[in-house]
Amino acid sequence: MLCGQQTWQFPSRPRVLGTGTIVGEKEGQGPLGDRFDLVVTDPYVGQNSFEKAERKLMEEAQKTAVQKAGLTIEEISMVISGDLLAQNITSHFAARTQGRPLLNVFSACATSMQAVAIGAQLVDTGYASNVLAAVSSHNSSAERAFRYPTEYGAQKPPTAHCTVTGAGAVVIGKGSTGPVITYATLGKVIDLGIDNPWEMGAAMAPAAADTLVRHFLDTGRKPQDYDLIATGDLARVGHPMARHLLKEQGYELGERFTDCGILMYDETQSEVFSGGSGPACAACVTFGYLLLGLMEKRYRRILVVATGALLSPVSSQQKDTIPCIAHAVAFERDGE
Amino acid sequence: MHGFTMYIMAFLVGGFICFIGQLLMDLTKLTPAHVMTILVVAGAILDGLGLYDPLIKIAGAGATVPITSFGNSLVHGALIESQRDGIIGIITGIFEVTSAGISAAIVFGFLASLVFRARG
Amino acid sequence: MLSAKLGVDQRHYKAYAKSAQPPRPWGKNGLRAFIVGGAVCVIGQGVQDVFVHVFHFSEKTAGNPTVAVLIILSVLLTGFGVYDVFAQWAGAGSAVPVTGFANAVASAALEHKSEGYVVGVGSNMFKVAGPVVVFGVVSAFVVGLIRYMFHVT
Repeated sequence: MLCGQQTWQFPSRPRVLGTGTIVGEKEGQGPLGDRFDLVVTDPYVGQNSFEKAERKLMEEAQKTAVQKAGLTIEEISMVISGDLLAQNITSHFAARTQGRPLLNVFSACATSMQAVAIGAQLVDTGYASNVLAAVSSHNSSAERAFRYPTEYGAQKPPTAHCTVTGAGAVVIGKGSTGPVITYATLGKVIDLGIDNPWEMGAAMAPAAADTLVRHFLDTGRKPQDYDLIATGDLARVGHPMARHLLKEQGYELGERFTDCGILMYDETQSEVFSGGSGPACAACVTFGYLLLGLMEKRYRRILVVATGALLSPVSSQQKDTIPCIAHAVAFERDGE
Repeated sequence: MHGFTMYIMAFLVGGFICFIGQLLMDLTKLTPAHVMTILVVAGAILDGLGLYDPLIKIAGAGATVPITSFGNSLVHGALIESQRDGIIGIITGIFEVTSAGISAAIVFGFLASLVFRARG
Repeated sequence: MLSAKLGVDQRHYKAYAKSAQPPRPWGKNGLRAFIVGGAVCVIGQGVQDVFVHVFHFSEKTAGNPTVAVLIILSVLLTGFGVYDVFAQWAGAGSAVPVTGFANAVASAALEHKSEGYVVGVGSNMFKVAGPVVVFGVVSAFVVGLIRYMFHVT
């Protein structure tokens, strides 16, 4: 049901029944490498194009999530998925393999939480028994779609991001164990005039701050009510900026405030720049690592605010600024 | 100039042109493609002013290796043909002198696509 | 709320964003570009001298095969997947010499292999390097025209 202006509350307590995370070599070598279900070192995943490789990643993540939920694919009411490529081609081909009804969604790197929010809502209201929410991204397919050929020697600035190669999937349904999805705050499109595609952290920070403030106002909660608040991929440049914006609005987030793009890689890894990005960044870190913190009782409540930069390959060339969005989902442990 | 001095000049002049390119990339919003384009046009203009050939005499490969020399060769071709054939020569002569760069890039780029694939 | 009064907040935010972001390390990059660019030209000079002294080209005609050799080297490095790593370090030191042009063509050709040789490789080969050819030719035409007119008048 609607809570405040932009937030959904899920009284029937839909849960995460199973997760599947699969990442590429660089992510596997990062600090969270051993938390993911599978690390694939071949950037082609045995296929003959990066696009086909990304599909395989999404299919594997989806299969793993369904398996770990103890279900069969036929018990999934619908798939809610998205990716970065034109026409969300990865999402569509993966859904063809799964053979279940598909609701494709897109909000760039915020797609993961958008999918989880809609999935939780459908389960909460009885419009689906089990939902499979999934997203993917691939460094090379994103590079060639949005920037340059992968072997091109264009020097990237320190504010750049490294698109995560990977896929993250969750099964959401009614059950007795598993992280509970309690709230989801849907973001507005926020554009404060950043027009440089190399400065996505700065572009997305206001959207993250706006959604977070809205979440607190809608739910009546405060930052202290969460053990962890993680943005999706603001990374080392955008994250401090979001913190600053929130402070300006009167919210001190303290030590609990982190970012999936910062957590995904070690700073010393080659060509990670300011940190990770891509739909798989927030997805894999959340589904593979942060939710574990709930299950292992290190956290009671966490809030994941996935952030997305909604530019197209052409919009920047046409001198448009970068509109951004952030979707937030609250995950909690039983006994709250 | 010959011998060792030429190598020093090649290093200094070539390095300097690249340094200018780097400043353009870092201090403005120009992309590498923009910078290469600006340098090619600069080479063409410098040759139009008669300044590029003297630079080649002093700096050798320091002037022929940067992409600026491509602009220089294109203008050379246009000027040589136009001296012979009049105004039409400006168009017909442009690629006279400089076929090596473009032909080599196309041929070997294509061959590479037969043999290699992108590593990501 | 941030989403309200966007007009005022945009200016304020853009100014803040500029101050909050790390500047590009142009000093370090400039030095690297100078050293690598100079080194590439030194290699080019060496190759040119080989053509002049061993293969008996003249100083003028040795330029063409020299450029071709540098292009082949860049294409090979691109094919082996090392050029982009080298270029991230060297910046303009790799982009400004003709090596950058070769890498632009080769990398685009490789990238679009999956779409086939005609529509993929053939159509997209000059995706990145095209502007150099277009603007080189157009500026050569303009410069040639101006010089011609001065000559005639």
